[in-house]
Amino acid sequence: MSEVTEHLSERGIAIRLEKLSKTFPGQDEPAVKELSMDIFEGEIVVYVGPSGCGKTTTMKMINRIIEPSSGRIFIADEDVTDKDPDELRRHIGYVIQQIGLFPHMTIADNIATVPKMLGWDKQRISKRTDELLETVSIPNSYRNRYPKELSGGQRQRIGVARAMAADPPIMLMDEPFGAVDPITRERLQDEFLRLQQEIQKTIVFVTHDIDEAIKMGDRIAILRDQSEIAQYDTPETILTDPADQYVEDFIGSGASLKRLSLSKVEDIKTAEWPVAHLDDSHDDVREKMEESGREYVLLLDERDKPKRWVNREDIEQGISLKEAGWPAVAIVERHSSLYDTLDTMITSYRGSAIVVDENDGKYKGVVDFETVLAAIEEMRPQEGAVAPDFIAEREDLPS
Amino acid sequence: MSVETREAPRQEETPESPQQQPGGKSGGRSAASLGWTLARYLTMPVFLTLVCLSLYLVISSRPLDSIEKRTLNGPYIIHTVVRHLEISAVATVLVVLISVTAGVILTRPMMRRTAPYIVGVASTGQALPSIGVIVLIAVLTGQFGFKIAVVSLIIYAFLPILRNTMVGIQQVDQSIIEAGRGMGMTNAAVLFRIELPLAIPIMLAGIRTALIIVVGTAALATFINAGGMGDIINTGIKLSRDSILLTGSILTAVLALGVDYIAGIAEDVLKPKGL
Repeated sequence: MSEVTEHLSERGIAIRLEKLSKTFPGQDEPAVKELSMDIFEGEIVVYVGPSGCGKTTTMKMINRIIEPSSGRIFIADEDVTDKDPDELRRHIGYVIQQIGLFPHMTIADNIATVPKMLGWDKQRISKRTDELLETVSIPNSYRNRYPKELSGGQRQRIGVARAMAADPPIMLMDEPFGAVDPITRERLQDEFLRLQQEIQKTIVFVTHDIDEAIKMGDRIAILRDQSEIAQYDTPETILTDPADQYVEDFIGSGASLKRLSLSKVEDIKTAEWPVAHLDDSHDDVREKMEESGREYVLLLDERDKPKRWVNREDIEQGISLKEAGWPAVAIVERHSSLYDTLDTMITSYRGSAIVVDENDGKYKGVVDFETVLAAIEEMRPQEGAVAPDFIAEREDLPS
Repeated sequence: MSVETREAPRQEETPESPQQQPGGKSGGRSAASLGWTLARYLTMPVFLTLVCLSLYLVISSRPLDSIEKRTLNGPYIIHTVVRHLEISAVATVLVVLISVTAGVILTRPMMRRTAPYIVGVASTGQALPSIGVIVLIAVLTGQFGFKIAVVSLIIYAFLPILRNTMVGIQQVDQSIIEAGRGMGMTNAAVLFRIELPLAIPIMLAGIRTALIIVVGTAALATFINAGGMGDIINTGIKLSRDSILLTGSILTAVLALGVDYIAGIAEDVLKPKGL
């Protein structure tokens, strides 16, 4: 799996659709009309659009679960429009909203479906199953359980593992997280994005939820009726520069705020902030505060985890640093989005958020409104067309 | 005949933790349920044995006249029981083969339109009175005996298996089939690895019903000279010997219940796990 870590610019075209059309029998209007599109290797492309716009039909034509009425499909430069469809599908992962696990087969047998058809030997299948269960964080003891013994989220993970079993370069996902509750959905999305960083598959992802599209997509295709492409671009561009009124309406209000969910807190510069340890002397802490010119000092414990905020008065009262000041609770991890960070900051007492390492919880920095605003300033397009939201936001802040 | 639908446990979504172990059964509960299962499995054989034993005691407590002696003796009864089971077994095996095949063919996409008509024709087979079917076929073909009995039983038991096979296949969740197709399963693989296994519980219910019909109706085979336990009952009626009539009827009932019991166990054993 090492050859896939190429530079983005060198990415080849994984899937090419050429004037793809589908007219269902007994209907006058085509469901998909002459769609042409290139999908790059290693990217998540999200088809998003209102119900009935033909996005699912389009996706299902790629593995020919729905046979196109006209047009050509190329996968890695090979014309697969007339290839044996069963053979074609064994090399394309497929995840659907209802998951469709085989209820009479164990988890291991479900995962082994495609490898068995490809004639892998037992040992190889078993090893691959172990790997996949670990990848999707399902305990290995679940191997011999049946799907009904699993929760919705777990079944969804097995569905993804099954689709990845034979390591197909391409995966098609039809609203894969649509049938789980919002909390599980968010967790599955995060897990999947982390996974995608490792596996670098080419993924076609269908959803009707623009927020999910923005979160998951490297590129988003916003479709209108008959799968006509309204805009096909990166989420950043779509949010800052929507092609037309239709796209703008589809994104809905708060595009600029949605834009914030695309940037991670680790990508912006953190503010300079004085820190001290709980076992430092009061004088040391005061000295640090005076050097920095800030009004508060952040205290860390012996493992560098943020614990408390103290100001000058707290220090001068002379009580133990372990009890002085306020507990430090507004904490975000490094890969949190700016959107979540801003949310944490607004609800926090200090109007700032502490960034920690996601693994060991160590202090990494502090973000305050100034640093976030500076970052927003940078991501704004040249003409500054989308700024008003942030300015409004700023006026509402406690100073 | 009731057609059970599989419970679809798909939608009870809960935010789960990876450590959570759903479906884990506690030891205490399984011990209790084992006791219940054992009781359920033992009741019927015990009951049937008791019935046979009391029948034997009642009959052997009285002196038998010469007519009764000719029918109520071990070798003769065993002969008729074996004959009865032969007819039933051959008919059941054939009807399962024929109607399951027909059920599979009728649920293929290209047959969807014609299927209702064929099911309609099959229904008339069961709508006719069973004795009518048996005698009618014998008269129409001019033949009597084992083969004709088997043919009539097949016609009579065709519908329950056909209908349950079709319903069993049709109730398979389309998304499961789509997932299979999407992974590159051939039509045959979808049929044999998904549709049929998932249809098995409902098919088995149909086969069990058919089996009972066959074993019960085989008693009428006596009227076309095919033998079986109908011979004993018929003798009892014709010669006005209540003891013979009683023995024949009770043994037929015991046989039917016994076969049903075995079919029930087969259902439990053959049902795919995980459903």
